[in-house]
Amino acid sequence: MLIQVFGPGCVNCLTLEKRVKQTIASLEIDAQYSKIEDFQVIMAYGIMRTPALAINGKVVFQGRVPTVNELKEIINGELDVSSN
Amino acid sequence: MFRKIEEKSLLSRVISNKIIIPILLLPVWFLLYHYLQNITDWIVFDLIGMDKTMHLTGAVSFFIFEVPKVLMLLTLIVFAVGIVRSYFSPERTRKILGGKKLFVGNVLASFLGIVTPFCSCSAIPLFLGFVESGVPLGVTFSFLIAAPMINEVAVVLLFGLFGWKTALLYMSTGLLIAMISGFIIGKLKLEKYVEEWVFNVKVGDNGLEDEKLTFSDRVSMGYDAIKEIVGKVWIYVVLGIAVGAGIHGYVPENFMAGLMGKSSWWSVPIAVILGVPMYSNAAGIIPIVQSLLEKGASLGTVLAFMMSVIGLSLPEAIILKKVLKIQLIIVFVGVVAVGIIIVGYLFNFIY
Repeated sequence: MLIQVFGPGCVNCLTLEKRVKQTIASLEIDAQYSKIEDFQVIMAYGIMRTPALAINGKVVFQGRVPTVNELKEIINGELDVSSN
Repeated sequence: MFRKIEEKSLLSRVISNKIIIPILLLPVWFLLYHYLQNITDWIVFDLIGMDKTMHLTGAVSFFIFEVPKVLMLLTLIVFAVGIVRSYFSPERTRKILGGKKLFVGNVLASFLGIVTPFCSCSAIPLFLGFVESGVPLGVTFSFLIAAPMINEVAVVLLFGLFGWKTALLYMSTGLLIAMISGFIIGKLKLEKYVEEWVFNVKVGDNGLEDEKLTFSDRVSMGYDAIKEIVGKVWIYVVLGIAVGAGIHGYVPENFMAGLMGKSSWWSVPIAVILGVPMYSNAAGIIPIVQSLLEKGASLGTVLAFMMSVIGLSLPEAIILKKVLKIQLIIVFVGVVAVGIIIVGYLFNFIY
């Protein structure tokens, strides 16, 4: 599973990054994590509000910072989809 | 299958609670708001038993009255704005503004700047998205000027503390500055000062904007807005009002009048210049605004200061440096600063 955080590095982006890492650690899943700061790439994903999160290349939300619990749900949800 | 149905009914129960609770709370809100002065008097004079003639009494009752008043107003408006904003998105705004002519575009962009969810860290992706879909540069700037300057927190605080006239004046002059500055920037034909790569950006489609929101989704976005905004700014509101209450009787009334009063013509430009490097949200600036006004600074000067702090910030200019050449940033800051200065003088002249 590939998890990408999109954001140029403002406070919200950093918070999201931290929470995503926490979530990955606590779910004990095998996830590849990367942070994308290049605007051209961010735009290519159609993201106009940062921070955003993509799982396996699919943007799941943008412009907000969910709690760790919500992130768990989102990531688990995507895990279910990909395992089916 | 069965489980799914069960889930759904549980979901609809949660949904209806979400909508019903605010409807029930609304009359409570109005009652509380309406009787706030009476409640305050009762607490101050009957419960604590303070002396009416003392200086401290005035300060305490000011604090006990204003804090809940402003926080209640803030909660209600932020909730409402949160719901309204759920109908708008940068993606949709971009589509509306695409290919719009100057002037009409500037007017539209300024209004959309108020209702489109925006945070200054999204300024770049938003700028890129606007340019890609053919929104003219000047129209984009109208949006970028209006969005941070006219926000619900600033307007509510002005309304709560200084009355609806001040709030309305702030809003309408802020809108005017956004429209006219954007129009001027558009007329100046400054496209050559935008970094080249900006015009090569392609905006992908991630399908997110197609998601259909139910009304209860929007209501919960209103709740999120309360959590997010009121949760963050309440401390500044309390501090600001405490400052206001504290200096009520202790600093001489006309302390600031010489420095920032009407009679000193240079006070407006100085206030604007001071405001540019300062970066604060609307709530953080309120304690300062409160104490300046209280002590005889004139309204125009203080509003100019406030607009400059919120609307023109050095960090935002630095962020924009990634997409704009320095010449354009200077023009942008210059045009907006001049606009704010004019507004400041205008207010000082009227009041």
